[in-house]
Amino acid sequence: MPYAVETRDLTRIFAGKKKRRIRRKRATGEGEDHLGPVTALDQVSIQIRDGELFGMLGPNGAGKTTLIKILATLLLPTSGQAFVAGHDVAKDPFPIRQRINMVSGGETSGYGLLTARENVWMFSQFYGVPSKVSKGRIDELMHTFGLWDKRDAKVRMLSTGQRQKMNMIRGFVTDPDILFLDEPTLGLDVNAARVIRDYITNWVRSQKSKTVLLTTHYMAEADQMCDRIAIIDNGKILACDTPENLKRMIRTETTFRLEVDTIRDIASFSSMEGVKNFSHTDDISKNRTHLTFILEDEGPVAEILSTITSQGKKVHSLQKSEPTLEDVFISMVGRGFE
Amino acid sequence: MKPATVRRTDLRYRIGLNLRAVVGRSYPRIVGANREPSWIFFEALLPLLGIAAYVFIYQSFGARSFAAAAGNTTAQAVISANTNALIASVVLGGTMVAFWLNVLWSMASQLYWEKEIGNLQLYMMAPMNRMALLGGMAVGGMVMTSMRAVSTLVAGILVFGVIFQVADPLTLLAVFFAALIALYGLGMMFASLYLLWGREAWNLSALMEEPIFFSSGFYFPVGGLFRVPGWGPIIAIIGSFVPATFGLDALRQLTLGSTAFGGQLWIFDVKTELYILVFMAVLFLILARYSLRYLETLAKREGKLTSRHQ
Ligand SMILES: Nc1ncnc2c1ncn2[C@@H]1O[C@H](COP(=O)(O)OP(=O)(O)OP(=O)(O)O)[C@@H](O)[C@H]1O
Ligand SMILES: [Mg+2]
Repeated sequence: MPYAVETRDLTRIFAGKKKRRIRRKRATGEGEDHLGPVTALDQVSIQIRDGELFGMLGPNGAGKTTLIKILATLLLPTSGQAFVAGHDVAKDPFPIRQRINMVSGGETSGYGLLTARENVWMFSQFYGVPSKVSKGRIDELMHTFGLWDKRDAKVRMLSTGQRQKMNMIRGFVTDPDILFLDEPTLGLDVNAARVIRDYITNWVRSQKSKTVLLTTHYMAEADQMCDRIAIIDNGKILACDTPENLKRMIRTETTFRLEVDTIRDIASFSSMEGVKNFSHTDDISKNRTHLTFILEDEGPVAEILSTITSQGKKVHSLQKSEPTLEDVFISMVGRGFE
Repeated sequence: MKPATVRRTDLRYRIGLNLRAVVGRSYPRIVGANREPSWIFFEALLPLLGIAAYVFIYQSFGARSFAAAAGNTTAQAVISANTNALIASVVLGGTMVAFWLNVLWSMASQLYWEKEIGNLQLYMMAPMNRMALLGGMAVGGMVMTSMRAVSTLVAGILVFGVIFQVADPLTLLAVFFAALIALYGLGMMFASLYLLWGREAWNLSALMEEPIFFSSGFYFPVGGLFRVPGWGPIIAIIGSFVPATFGLDALRQLTLGSTAFGGQLWIFDVKTELYILVFMAVLFLILARYSLRYLETLAKREGKLTSRHQ
């Protein structure tokens, strides 16, 4: 049985910037990033089953959006292949386009002079959805997403969150088989994010053969929603499994979280014996540093503590915890997420 | 895989899909654009100012020649007939300016702008034919601009007391639509080129505004250019690649009578010009289709179909 999505050694390389720009950047010394060609996807092979809610987890620039754009027939692979609903994205886009839709967080699509309802209706017309059917679905979805009050508001009058809900409705209104969601809850408040997450989960679970590929920065979101998750960094898939299995992979390791006074000298931790990996984030407002250690066992804890106190810093809290997806990520990539 | 819903691919389905897409894409132009009543002032009445400037110049030239020909009533009759025909030419051309501006700014540069706000990727991802997208833009633009042009024309007729004589309304309609389709076909072709050129394209549009007003003869019968020795005919021939040139020439012949200006200022007869316009319409539509297909593939390869920050 073909997969809903399958890629084989999918690679995408973006050409570097023009020479003239590089020179200017060098001259001003700003932004050293991607001057030469960028390998956004590096031999990615994944299989997403029909009916699966599949998550892609990775830091900024990992290649998540690039993958979605290729699958949505908007970008061609440099090498390798990608199939959606059994069709090659490069050779046979039409049957793919009939079956997919895509919504990205922070999208600014649509026309400001049209109302929310009209905008969604317009996009549904590009999929040939009969007007009556489309309007019926839109009204229903607007109720579900709590956008009914704003149905006749002009799009340019909508708040970011309301706009995002409208975009989600645009994604569902064409009744796709495969839906690509690129950080759908980006910048939403807790309630709005929950409504959207619940709807997505329910949409996949309650119907046969509805598939979602979702990218996110939010570990908890991926953990809670997804059947399987691929961890991607620098264009490479590092792991792909159920959230439980991913966490089990590092179960033999021990996770410690510390909150300490802001410390600068953290280099010594990485050379410590028994420290597999660690990450740190500074909480500037509280003048604290949060440290997460992935340890082979509890052995190094004493040494870590003495290193901190010898710098004259206070340890405010220390706890051993169940591994989260973030810990899996730290253990694989060697750095935190934010 | 057993698809959740069986998707149709037959011809009837495809026609329905693409007709819906055309209606959908033209909707924001027809309905949305008229939501702001200010268009009546900015887009229907303001163009009268540009027209008025030429009308006054032609009137004062006419008055001077009229005075110079004092005593010769035949000459005076010819002069006043020519002045009236010139003013009518300006009102007609000034009205049609709206279409050229619409083609430049809402067709040619449109896809670049759509890319910036993130609509383009949604259009390109949809199963509709790309020509339905361009067609929807064009139909919407034609309807919207026609409303503006008719308002300007009516206002111009009332303000400047112009009289048009339409002897052959069917040919007039045929010429108008052939010119319009050719003009928007050109716009569709540019739209796909701009997809790749991006920002530079804006400058090109700005560059093509005023010079085309001149070379296509929006404010004077373009045949006059052929009578300017040296550069005149060259400019006129280059300008003729914009369908507005033959369109305006034929429309003026059909509304002023081909004997106006002593029949001296026309390029070809109406029939020939109509054939040229039809040929241009077909040619530009075909070119638009192939250039968009080619450039879409190129853009997909280079990663230029979507804007970076989307
Ligand atoms: N059109 C493009 N041209 C050149 N480079 C690009 C282009 N699009 C993406 N890239 C580069 O490819 C890499 C992957 O980008 P991508 O947008 O796929 O990352 P991402 O995982 O979606 O990141 P984020 O979490 O920030 O959205 C980055 O280094 C990016 O700079
Ligand atoms: Mg992204």
